[in-house]
Amino acid sequence: MQEGAKDPGLYDYHPYRGRPRIAWPDGKACAVWVAPNLEYYEIDPPTNPQRKPWGKPHPDVVGYSYRDHSNRVSHWRMAEVMSKYGFPGSVSLSVALCDHHPEVVRDGVERGWEFFSHGIYNTRYSYGMDERQERAMIEDSIETVQRATGQRIRGWLAPALTHTPRTLDLLAEYDFTYTCDLYHDDQVQEVKVASGSLASIPYSLEVNDHYGFNVYGMSGREYADALIKQYERLADEGERTGSGTVMCIPLHAYLIGQPHRIGPFEEALRHIAADGRAWKARAGEIVDCWREQA
Amino acid sequence: MSLPADYMIYPKRGEGYDHELYEWSSIHTRKPVRWPGDRSVAVWLCVSLEWFPITPQDKPFRAPGHMVTPYPDYRHYTVRDYGNRVGVWRMLDAFRAAGVTASFATNAAVAQRYPELIAAVLADGHEIIAHSTDMNGTITSDLPEADERALIADSLAALAKAGAKPAGWLSIARSQSWRTLDLLKDHGLTYCCDWVNDELPYRFTNGLINLPLNTELSDRMIVATQQHSAAGWAQMMRDAYDWLEAEAEQQKSARVLPIHLTPYIMGLPYRIGALEELLGQLTGRKSSWWARGDDIVRIWKEQQ
Repeated sequence: MQEGAKDPGLYDYHPYRGRPRIAWPDGKACAVWVAPNLEYYEIDPPTNPQRKPWGKPHPDVVGYSYRDHSNRVSHWRMAEVMSKYGFPGSVSLSVALCDHHPEVVRDGVERGWEFFSHGIYNTRYSYGMDERQERAMIEDSIETVQRATGQRIRGWLAPALTHTPRTLDLLAEYDFTYTCDLYHDDQVQEVKVASGSLASIPYSLEVNDHYGFNVYGMSGREYADALIKQYERLADEGERTGSGTVMCIPLHAYLIGQPHRIGPFEEALRHIAADGRAWKARAGEIVDCWREQA
Repeated sequence: MSLPADYMIYPKRGEGYDHELYEWSSIHTRKPVRWPGDRSVAVWLCVSLEWFPITPQDKPFRAPGHMVTPYPDYRHYTVRDYGNRVGVWRMLDAFRAAGVTASFATNAAVAQRYPELIAAVLADGHEIIAHSTDMNGTITSDLPEADERALIADSLAALAKAGAKPAGWLSIARSQSWRTLDLLKDHGLTYCCDWVNDELPYRFTNGLINLPLNTELSDRMIVATQQHSAAGWAQMMRDAYDWLEAEAEQQKSARVLPIHLTPYIMGLPYRIGALEELLGQLTGRKSSWWARGDDIVRIWKEQQ
């Protein structure tokens, strides 16, 4: 990015009308990828000068235990309904989860999920890191996930969405394929980096379960309905223009896997799977398919 | 500028948690739990009985639901007290009509100020859970140990005077200090309801038991924060029940549905009907076991 400039120079303007043809496999109209955030929040982390990890003096019992629900209860609920309707996960991973709860990571590996880095912990923020520190975080991510899953990570979603001006350039330098940190489009787009190349794959804040429940205050049924509407529209547009769209369903098990929400969510996945226009894919496959045609 | 070197060091990174308060386990692979009569879903009604002084304190923090306007905040003081005067009596009638018992997480001040209410709760076979002194009695690690000990001791003493000997504890806003688990144990309590990371009881390292009282399933979260209607709330409770019943059947292990109620929220004339209707529907389910918190903890403990 152009540090200090009014326009950070992340990408070129590229109007939605008249986009080039992007064909997804088997003539599908919309690539749908599900992104479970498998996270670990520390109970007593050090404080970053630019962001406090918890709202209360440690231990923040509700903050910590709310998220721990994922790793004791709700991960498996979420994963089961995804598998039931044939949706693989592309995991936004706090890589230290490989050390703390390898059982959860292993479950994703056994389901054939892809992993990318969401930082070391979701309580360690990138703000203020110097280049050496940021490289250490990236190298730690690559090594930890390689060891735990056998996969070389290709993607990045910054820990707690905290960035530095050099993050995207470093990702390209370390041969990452995609970032999930930019929300400017409904299709895969090129990101401007200092060397090499990097793609932006649409993740989503608007249909993220965190926004659905904790920002917009939706019920589980309203959130499921939002997912269906989002999907229907993107599939219609991809079908009409021949330029394949991308829909991401970003999840946190402690939210979507609550007992009053998981049933309606299962219905949304059933609907999308039954529609027939969705390419149920992993993030890396979507970016590769786009890159071949770009 | 860079971050201090220790920001990149992770001393607790290793298998298990980054603390020793309790051990990891997945609910889906634990030894199965069974409720009496082989009912698969324990429905646990928990009502908060709160008294908010019109003089709020911000140390350690101001409790959710506390005063909002400059002093004197008649509006919030009286709206909250409506729950203790009117709303909770509607709930007691609703529970009686449905033939169910509940837990009442009770501020000591409610027992001191409204002994008639405590007598009625106990007379109907409900459980009293200790719930701090009053709504200024919040806890965090900033609270000095002597003050926290006094807060717990005073809470239990006032409830004892009103005829209740609680086995359970609920902190205000479920907020604890590093010391709370040990202090609750020292004061003879069996369980607390503060940690929302599970859907069955589990034991802390110090022997105290956690009976999770899900924040997401509370009327405060659904109706007051997310602003859903009472009918929307009831629909969510039915969706939760359906899921838990099916999961219990599939995994051959029982589940708990905690329904956390606030008299000044769900006890209003236009909302109480949704609660009554829900009680009618769920008592009609053959899989439901209506249990107080101490019942659930006792039956669970016998099976460990």
